[in-house]
Amino acid sequence: MSDGPLLEVRHLTRRYGERYACRDISFELWRGEVLAIVGESGSGKTTLLNAVCGRVTPDRGQVLFYGADDRARDLTALSGVELRRLVRDEIGFVHQNPRDGLRLGFSAGANIGEPIMAAGGRHYGNIRRTAADWLRRVEIDANRIDDLPATFSGGMQQRLQIARALVTKPRLVLMDEPTGGLDVSVQARLLDLMRGLAAELRVAIIIVTHDLGVARLLAHRLIVMQDGRMVENGVTDQVLDDPQHPYTQLLVSSVLAA
Amino acid sequence: MNAPVKAEAGYNFAYLDEQTKRMIRRALLKAVAVPGYQVPFAGREMPLPYGWGTGGIQVTASVIGPDDTLKVIDQGADDTTNAVSIRRFFAKTAGVATTTGTAEASIIQTRHRIPETPLKAGQIMVFQVPIPEPLRWLEPRETVTRRMHAEADYGAMHVKLYEDIARMGRITTSYDYPVMVNRRYLMRPSPIPRFDNPKLDRSPALMLFGAGREKRIYALPPHTLVKSLDFEDHPFAIERWTQRCQRCGAPDSFLNEIVVDDRGTRRFVCSDTDYCDGRMA
Repeated sequence: MSDGPLLEVRHLTRRYGERYACRDISFELWRGEVLAIVGESGSGKTTLLNAVCGRVTPDRGQVLFYGADDRARDLTALSGVELRRLVRDEIGFVHQNPRDGLRLGFSAGANIGEPIMAAGGRHYGNIRRTAADWLRRVEIDANRIDDLPATFSGGMQQRLQIARALVTKPRLVLMDEPTGGLDVSVQARLLDLMRGLAAELRVAIIIVTHDLGVARLLAHRLIVMQDGRMVENGVTDQVLDDPQHPYTQLLVSSVLAA
Repeated sequence: MNAPVKAEAGYNFAYLDEQTKRMIRRALLKAVAVPGYQVPFAGREMPLPYGWGTGGIQVTASVIGPDDTLKVIDQGADDTTNAVSIRRFFAKTAGVATTTGTAEASIIQTRHRIPETPLKAGQIMVFQVPIPEPLRWLEPRETVTRRMHAEADYGAMHVKLYEDIARMGRITTSYDYPVMVNRRYLMRPSPIPRFDNPKLDRSPALMLFGAGREKRIYALPPHTLVKSLDFEDHPFAIERWTQRCQRCGAPDSFLNEIVVDDRGTRRFVCSDTDYCDGRMA
């Protein structure tokens, strides 16, 4: 296993008509690293995240992903089949709204088992054991394995989604506002859990958030975006404690002290 | 067997016009060339409602010739309304011989069953299909299901079987049980019972499937490999009964459970009437 980066984004640009969603964004991500992307609504965070997993095709730039064989693949140049296979095997996605990431009509076990079956798992007993094991890891009682996610609380649904994203042991997990819409105590538990899992599995995470507290708690590095541009990029504590760009200064100063 | 009769005047042979039959035959040829692939075709209005076998009738009309002998079954029976009507339709419009005997028939149009009597080379089975797309319950968008077929992206199909086992301890999907055709295409075998799935595998007969409302045709050429989906530790298995047929005593056929009085007395008899009658004779 090489020590090179897992992901290299180079000069990524994406326009919607005349508006730039992302303008010339470049960054690198290493294995096991947690990167937070912060910025206000409409600053291009979600477009950037979607470009990293091939859901949005950039107008210019490259997204180089180093897969299990340590070979760089440009996600923007892959064919549909190759791209979907790579994303299925190596990249997990956690949506802000659990309804977008889960099959609410199927049991919790089936939701965790689906990525295993999609990757070719055909042994019921093994799938079920893995699902039960992952429920425990995300702190859901294993005897709820046959319950529908619709009967779960918002925080539990979000943890189920995280289990579903991690079960195939991807090298990269993308999270779009995973703590949005949860109350503060549930958020804290979820963040604790994600921090533990990230360290344990050495999985790289890109987390999009507008909550600086989330970024401070979870992220090693931070990217601040404004109006499609990357205005600041650095180690989390450094950026938050000594912001250089006026926008970052504004962002940091507007956090309410509890 | 009913001998050929004189076809009713005023209709083209087998009701459909020749251009339409050629169009359907082209779709059939493509379907045979790519086993399990759903070929779109320009389905016509037929003189019966969707859901009553419009797809099957169009396929039968396109492959039938004056020398053919037609058998039509509905839920295994030759004497139900749908079977009788369709058989009479082709006797009138094509003047062909009709039969209830599986062995005598050259074309068998069916709904819900494959006959118990083993099929032979040279016979054609025509299935009436309500919903041709096996991925439809999983994904409502046609553009996406087509992409999934193109990429053989079928992993999620097992979710439904997983759910069966998790709830009931075994796979409870009992009809229209999804199959992999020739290790490539996922296919709905139409609403035949799971019991009949093994009869599809490497059958010497040609199997044609027509969906009238959805306007799709697909096919299994003779001797095609057909495998029912399952798990390694929950292999595919057909239904079993503790009873035998209470009419003919068959131990190996698909049985109907029939309530015979108001006190809930039940009787198990063969669903395949021709098979049952044949054993009684």
